[in-house]
Order: sequence, then structure tokens, then C-alpha cells
Amino acid sequence: MQQANLSCGHRATPSALLSLTHPNKEFVQRHGALLRRAVPAGFPSPADDYVERRLNLDEHLIEHKESTFFMRVAGDSMRGVGISDGDLLVVDRSLPAMDGCIVIAVVDGEFTVKQLRFTPNGPVLHAAHPDYPDMPVKPEQDFSIWGIVKWSIHKV
Amino acid sequence: MPLALVDCNNFYVSCERVFNPKLEGKPVVVLSNNDGCAVARSNEVKALGVKMGEPWFKLEKLAKQHDIIALSSNYTLYADLSARVMSILATFSPKQEVYSIDECFLDLGGFAPDTLADYCQTIRKTIKRNVGIPVCVGIADTKTLAKLANHCAKKGLAGNNGVCDFGRLAEVERSRLFASIPVGEVWGIGRKISEKLLTMGIQTVEELRIANPNKIRQQFSVVVERTVKELNGIPCIELEDVGTPRQQIMVSRSFGQEVSSLGELSESVAYFATRAAEKLRKDGSVAASVCVFIQTNPFKEKAPQYQRSIVVPMVQPADDTVALVNAATQGLREIYRMGFGYKKSGVLLMGLQPKEMIQATLFDNQAEQAKSAKLMKVMDSINRNMGHGSLTIAASGIRQRWAMRRDRKSPNYTTEWDELPIAE
Repeated sequence: MQQANLSCGHRATPSALLSLTHPNKEFVQRHGALLRRAVPAGFPSPADDYVERRLNLDEHLIEHKESTFFMRVAGDSMRGVGISDGDLLVVDRSLPAMDGCIVIAVVDGEFTVKQLRFTPNGPVLHAAHPDYPDMPVKPEQDFSIWGIVKWSIHKV
Repeated sequence: MPLALVDCNNFYVSCERVFNPKLEGKPVVVLSNNDGCAVARSNEVKALGVKMGEPWFKLEKLAKQHDIIALSSNYTLYADLSARVMSILATFSPKQEVYSIDECFLDLGGFAPDTLADYCQTIRKTIKRNVGIPVCVGIADTKTLAKLANHCAKKGLAGNNGVCDFGRLAEVERSRLFASIPVGEVWGIGRKISEKLLTMGIQTVEELRIANPNKIRQQFSVVVERTVKELNGIPCIELEDVGTPRQQIMVSRSFGQEVSSLGELSESVAYFATRAAEKLRKDGSVAASVCVFIQTNPFKEKAPQYQRSIVVPMVQPADDTVALVNAATQGLREIYRMGFGYKKSGVLLMGLQPKEMIQATLFDNQAEQAKSAKLMKVMDSINRNMGHGSLTIAASGIRQRWAMRRDRKSPNYTTEWDELPIAE
């Protein structure tokens, strides 16, 4: 029994993970329905040659699925670029932080969504709202770019 | 042929830090189920001398002194980040063996030997940037050596920046390095074996490496002999490729509070059997028998102790929740004794085999089987879409007083819409 007990630790999980990580699995799932089509005995449907997959929003919004995360916006500091309180952000960690892109930055341990601007005096976090002044990143500050905001999803 | 062992640093703590950057640089521990003991420690906590598995109640004083932050384990989060890490790692090699939730082997055959360390630096940077998890990499010709190289990378004993390639060490350097590492650090050399090795005068990795393999086999087993060969660069443990089906499935947990009635114990066992059956169907396997066990709290030394397990064979190998739950609860009734405070129960599915390979028996009822397969399909799809436990069989209970205690758990940042991280 003791040995059986041991296997309930995290070493028991790999096969569960494997099924998620097999590189071909997704392809198989996505295309399996079309590949495994049975040969019909009667007349073929005239629409058969036109079967296409329905649009999938995930595919449209998520370029790198392993490095994409969702976040929720609090506050209206980015209203000027159409990002409102409560919006859903699609954040990709794998992209490089370029001048002008909307980023999730970590400032003193807190997440903040702002526009990144490179200036001669160093990086600045710019809010898209007249009430919020630009935040220059001070060298002594704990600062990093967590990810790049690709989409903001707003409920109308 | 070189292979790499990629291992996430303090994985559970690192996962928590991705979504709670305030934890960066602070002493953090992650506690086991029911907040029992430390299962992951940040470097700051390790520096305070906290050992793996130390019970939390023993740590509370130290924690107050040093502001140690303790978190309940959030396995949902860890499993998601692990899947992301492993999936990215799979793109770096045609052959990958996921060894545990936070480590995997990669086949690096075919790469120019002098580029391996740089390649693995790229792996480190990619995982850190794309998922936020720091990893270390050990490179060597055998699994045992790759594990050891990883240990060296992590402790900064050899290599650079979290990557250690034994292939780039001269023989003298390697001998000197191995002579400085206690033999207990070697993969597969547990406490008992290292104690016995000590009596034979073998204290360091180097002493084990140059030990006489025949003598080792006589004293221990072929397994330890194999370890010696692996330390000498002779591969004896194959890389197991993706997709090896599990041999057994275990679901067990300690209860949030002690349970003594058969009714509540049955609920827990039914619940565990349900979870195990889900995993079984996901693998496309069937189980030939179900093992159930119950035990009291061994740490309560004064309380009366009882533990029993029983194996219930299935009439026919099955993956049907109802059949497996019935077998499990039937087994439980056999071993249950009144008057004890039970702390843990579990269900172990054994004799697993691929579903398509089971033999038909005299007692087959095909109509029944088709019906059950249909029901299970519906059950799995509802639970997948609506969340775990949306549809369960009533035997597993609704109140679940025995459920885990996880008072300090972080939000499910990546799997629940209303628990997403917030950016201002």
C-alpha cells in the first residue's frame, strides 16, 4: 500500500499531461472529423465538397496558445484607446515589447495596463486618459514587462 | 547520445509568482493538501533551513519571525502551467519524455555537441519569457547523469547560468566535481541505499562511479548496478516517448477533518472512484480490479490506529463509473470498522489495459455495455463543459465534509473566468 500511496504524488500526473502536450494531438482532433469520414453508400450530398470548419474565435484571437493568458481590466486609465473597466484582455507573453504597444507591466509587484513608450530618458508608461500623468520608469523601481496586450474584448 | 533534463525551479512557488509578482524575492512555501506540510519552497525559504515535507505547524513560529508566506497548493494552476511548459519544450526536440509535473527529458541527438549549452540557454529564456517559469537544464549522455548535471546547474556547482553540460567537462574536472557531491544526490539512490553504501565506504558520487559493478549488484540489485553504469556514461534507462499509457491510476486524499461513519467514508470513496474512472476513460483504458484503502491519522499517536486495503476484482475489465464505484464501495464495506477517526481514503485502479483489447466473456451483455458507454460519454462531456463535478453519481455525496482544506489557495488564474488576474 505504501508504494501505491507514493504514486499519488505529482509523479503520477505525467500521462495526464502528455495527452495535452502531444504535438500532433491537436491536429488530429481538429481534422479527425473530416479525415475519418465514412464512405456513404447512397448519393453523395452535393454540399460534401464544401464542408469547412466553422470559425473559431480562439484561432482568431490567440496566435501563441502556450504563452497567451487572459486578464481583466480595472479602472479607466486606458479609455482613450478603447480599453474600459471590466474588459477582457488577451495577453501574449512571447512577443517583444516595442515602442507604442499596449503592455501589461509589473510595477512594484502590481499589474498595470499601459502604453509603452521609449524616450531618450528611458521607458515611460503612458495612460490613455487625461487624468493620468505619464509614469517614467525609475531605475530603483521594481519594473518588468509581463506581456503584450493583443486584444481587448468589450461587452456592449 | 546527449540528452537534457529540464527541471522547473521550485515549480509550485514559481507558478504562484507568475500571477502574484509581489511574491518575488520573498520567502514563500506551498503547503500540501490540507495545508499539512511544505511541498515547495522558494530559495529564500530553503536558505532559512526549512526542509521539504516539514509540517506546517512546526514552521509557524519561524514563519512569523521571517514573514514567510504560506500558500495552499493550487494544482489546477500548476497543471495548466506545466502543460504549457511541456508543450513548448516539445518544440525543442523530436523526442520528449515528461517525467513529472515539473521536469522532462529531451533527446538532443544530432545537434553539434559544442552548441548544446547555447541551445539550452535558448530553452531557458523561451520558457521564462513565454510562461514565466525559471528552469535549469542538465546535459549528459545518460538519464542519471543528466539528472546530476541538472542538480549541478541548480546549485551552481558547474556550468553557467542554470545550464550544465557534462560533455564539456574534462575528466579531471568531472572527477573532482563528483567527489564533492554526496552519493545520496544520485537519481535512484534513496536514504536506505546511501546508508548502506556509507558502510561500504562509498560516500560521494565519484566513489560510486568507480565502484565495482559486480559487487554493487551482489550487495544491492541490478537497479543500483545500472545506476553505476549510467554514472559512467553507459545508457541503461531508455527515453520513454510520449504516450506510454499508465499502469495504474490512483486517486486519494487526506480529509479536511476526520470522518468516522461508513456513510461519509463511502461518499469519499465513491468520489475518488468517479475521478479515477474519468482519468481511465481519458486514457482509453479499462481496469481489471479496484483497490480501496482507508487509514486513520498516523500522526495522532494516542488515537487508536487502523488501516486496511482490499482489492476487488471486476467481473469484467471496466471503465464505467457506476461499476467502478460499486466495486469500490463494496470493498469499503468489507474493510470498514466502526470506532475509528479516518483521515484518508483512496481508490487505486489496477490491471489497466487498452479498452479495444479486452476479451469478450460469456456474460457479456452488449446492449447493457452500449448503454453504459453512452452514459459515460454524456457524463464526461457535461463535466468537461460545465466544470468538474457538475454531474456525479449520488453516492459521492453533496456536502462533502471530508473535502480538502485549502485556506490559502490562490485564484485559478488561468482556468476560471471570474478569477482572472487584474490589471489597472
